[in-house]
Amino acid sequence: MAEYRLTAPLKDEDVVKLKIGDKVLLSGTIYTARDAAHKRVVELLDKGEKPPFEIKGSVIYYVGPTPPRPGMVIGAAGPTTAVRMDAYAPRLMKEGMKAMIAKGKRNDSVKNAMVEYKVVYFGATGGAGALINKCIKKAEVVAFEDLGPEAVRKLEVEDFPLIVVGDSFGGDLYIEGRKKWQKAG
Amino acid sequence: MRTIKGAEITEAVAKLAIEKAYKIGDEILRGFEWSLENEKSEAGREIIRQLQENAKIAADGVVPYCQDTGMAVFFVEVGQDLKIDGDLEESIQEGIRRGYIDGYLRKSVYKDPLRRVNTSDNTPAIIHYQIVKGDKLKITFGAKGGGSENMSRLAMLKPSDGIEGVKNFVIETVSIGGANACPPLVLGVGIGGNFEKCAILAKKAALRSLEVRNPDPFYAELEEELKEKCNALGIGPMGLGGTVTVLGVNIEVFACHLVALPVAVNINCHAARHGEIIL
Repeated sequence: MAEYRLTAPLKDEDVVKLKIGDKVLLSGTIYTARDAAHKRVVELLDKGEKPPFEIKGSVIYYVGPTPPRPGMVIGAAGPTTAVRMDAYAPRLMKEGMKAMIAKGKRNDSVKNAMVEYKVVYFGATGGAGALINKCIKKAEVVAFEDLGPEAVRKLEVEDFPLIVVGDSFGGDLYIEGRKKWQKAG
Repeated sequence: MRTIKGAEITEAVAKLAIEKAYKIGDEILRGFEWSLENEKSEAGREIIRQLQENAKIAADGVVPYCQDTGMAVFFVEVGQDLKIDGDLEESIQEGIRRGYIDGYLRKSVYKDPLRRVNTSDNTPAIIHYQIVKGDKLKITFGAKGGGSENMSRLAMLKPSDGIEGVKNFVIETVSIGGANACPPLVLGVGIGGNFEKCAILAKKAALRSLEVRNPDPFYAELEEELKEKCNALGIGPMGLGGTVTVLGVNIEVFACHLVALPVAVNINCHAARHGEIIL
């Protein structure tokens, strides 16, 4: 298991060197989106309209933060469960999204699309909302403000600690990790 | 007759909601220490260390422990000799409204399950009332995260399924959904009652301290056995593989119909926010 420092947006060559279990410290520009924002972005794409942010090379973080206190850029900002975005993720991969940050297992259509479009799935520590807050240096709502905590935000992150939980070769740490530690019987 | 003012209830509820979002329970912090000693995977221990650090940062009261500050659930025991000066239901709801706004907590409640518009103040809370003897008001609060709630399950087993059926259902529930529910988990297990009572028992169990065992040694032993079996599943912290998947299993039971054996598992994440006040 290797350790990398990467800067978003990502390219194919960043993605293909990553294997499940690798540790990554991610810096750069990423976007937040959850259920409602995914639905709207996919609807725009299907109508042939321009999405509200550059999807090519993008890293999308599934998060709905708490409101920031005055003088802070964001509140607690840990990952949400990925499975609710499974219906939309392959469409975004087709548009060039290179990575997702969330927590929890993905379905086969997402995993197959990750192989087809060379995409990586990073796990962030669920519930570590205060710790991850420290890695977020800037936050700005760039679309769907009416969605409140679910609006799309552009984040500048520094050394965001991640683990590769799904790689672009079909590897799934939720399956492999458990296999290693499961007791027979 | 003893009297409590509605405003007093509102203030106490708001304070409790804010406190629980920022300050994680001492029992959970001890659970993390236990996890570090018992987790064999290095990646798993790294996750636990992150959670300890996260708890430390959140305890300063500036950034909540988790961004999902939950939907509020209450068990309220009202003493029959107590007079409430004001509207009890509205006093509690107002406490949640104020706590979630003043405490910079996330508003995670939709007004309608299908038309999905945020109420913007995290109300309504779900409140279960019980009239009891005495002149006190006991309020048990939980701020229940949505991810772990989504992985919870209920089954109407056959009496012939017996204790093995109950064990299998609990273990199967963790096996299917545990990785997505932010492990290490606290499991609330309800056994018996009827369909809705069983789910309420599981919720009560999920809001009990993980260090308090069922007073009946038969069920206390079952709690320990289920903890061990769930930890043998290999799911580990955050589901990345490991030997610590649950911090504790709490069981609550109730009488049931002779043809029935209901069982419910309410999963709580590692934040397991709960608190109690007596007014």
